[in-house]
Amino acid sequence: MSDVYIMGVDMIKFGRFPEKTVPQLGATAALMAMDDAGLTIQDMQALYCGNLNQANAMVGQRILQEIGQTGIGVVNCANACATGATAFREAWMSIKAGVNDVVLAVGVEQMGRGLLGGGGGGAGISKEGLLGSGTMPAVFAEAGMEHARNHGTTFEQFAKVSVKNHHHSTLNPKAMYQIETPLETVMNAEMISYPNTKLMCSVNVDGAAAAVLVSEKKAREMGLARAVKVRASVLTSDPFSDRDLTMPDVNAVTRRAAAQAYEMAGVGADDIDLVELHDCFATAEILHYENLGLCKEGEAGRMIDNGEVALGGRIPVNVSGGLLSKGHPLGATGIANIYEVSTHLRGEGDKRQVAGARIGMTHVIGLGSACGIHILEKAA
Amino acid sequence: MSEQAEASSPLPVVSWLKLPGDAEPYLEGHRCGECQAVFLGERDNCSSCGARDKMAAEKLSTRGKLYSYSIVHRSFPGVDVPYISAIVDLEGGGTVKGNLIDIEPDPANLEFDMPVQVVFKDALGRKDRDGNSYISYFFQPAG
Repeated sequence: MSDVYIMGVDMIKFGRFPEKTVPQLGATAALMAMDDAGLTIQDMQALYCGNLNQANAMVGQRILQEIGQTGIGVVNCANACATGATAFREAWMSIKAGVNDVVLAVGVEQMGRGLLGGGGGGAGISKEGLLGSGTMPAVFAEAGMEHARNHGTTFEQFAKVSVKNHHHSTLNPKAMYQIETPLETVMNAEMISYPNTKLMCSVNVDGAAAAVLVSEKKAREMGLARAVKVRASVLTSDPFSDRDLTMPDVNAVTRRAAAQAYEMAGVGADDIDLVELHDCFATAEILHYENLGLCKEGEAGRMIDNGEVALGGRIPVNVSGGLLSKGHPLGATGIANIYEVSTHLRGEGDKRQVAGARIGMTHVIGLGSACGIHILEKAA
Repeated sequence: MSEQAEASSPLPVVSWLKLPGDAEPYLEGHRCGECQAVFLGERDNCSSCGARDKMAAEKLSTRGKLYSYSIVHRSFPGVDVPYISAIVDLEGGGTVKGNLIDIEPDPANLEFDMPVQVVFKDALGRKDRDGNSYISYFFQPAG
């Protein structure tokens, strides 16, 4: 089977663009990624498009209506917050299978504001605030409090995640926000669902990201100077766990994916130079240090206290600013993360460059649940 | 007609809250005869082990322990905040999410594994479009 390389990858600056349509945002990112690769829509043999909020509306085809209806096959996919990673992985798989040599993957989303989840639906009366909460801040708060229960993790340690990621985003011009948020600012922000304050919740933004994936044969023709090799692509669903149906288990699904990804790549956590992981809430990031094997069980609090996961630390996490400050356009997130890691592997990270980065990891979680992990390596 | 509807008996908030006319309300679980996993709500097959048609209904305990929680300060219009969204492991099996009531919603008051009692009461006055009222379950600190 051919190895798969990323030859072009880019994202639009995340923000709020109510005057644009979803296909327009996706088209912009697609053109940027193809320009980055030095290719055109005529070179693309298939399009894999990830979008959640218009999952039934043929977003991929509508992107082609913006940039060139070449008649290629289009797959539209939705997989909660793992949507973008799923589209990327489908593109990867088509090259692995020998079906395609050059494909385009696009993730795009336009978001409203406010709370996600907890909307209920179904017959009878609303259950929100009656049978606990189904809102995302509460669900991920409960997951964080499980970590507090097991390891004594504190509100302050969770809050430090947000301080770190907001700091990182001041170095990323494509992030929604470039604002420092000191610890007391984070902890004193409006409490949404304890222990997550408003500054510990990801930002709902509009965004799009795209990648051009090619076979090894094509990559060698094009030259490997800026190429990024996909060492592992993994997708898992949540294995059964006792509380899974009451309390979505974002841990087991990630651990399963991480084990498979390390095996596929033939590397260990010690080989990873930077990680973009799914910090949809500050509480979630803490869980994934251990889930991804970046530290031993119960050491996540120490990781954030000691700055091991900050830019310049042992294993920088979310140097883009993460979902907390770069923003979280659901369907775009899983490709935007790949853009971030690729940028560092190419040595193009500017002020936030992780020095000497050769191997990086991306991770997303779609609640329900799906986990997508990619391990990427500098090709040249 | 409408007066008759208003006077009708309250409905259960979820299908697995049972309201036997002649006895106390209770929560119903379905246990897999193969692997003993406990689920809320009726099902044919076990998502833990994949066994088919081995599910048996059982009455879940009204006693449990607080496994995890969040204190919710921001919700949708019409929802009273703050409140405690609690994950409770019931004695003998089954994990249930609900509101923990009759305790000030402050982390200082909440201990993991603190014992709680399942109680059944009106669903905070909420009614459906047809005017039906509902019985819900809640958790209370147990002495």
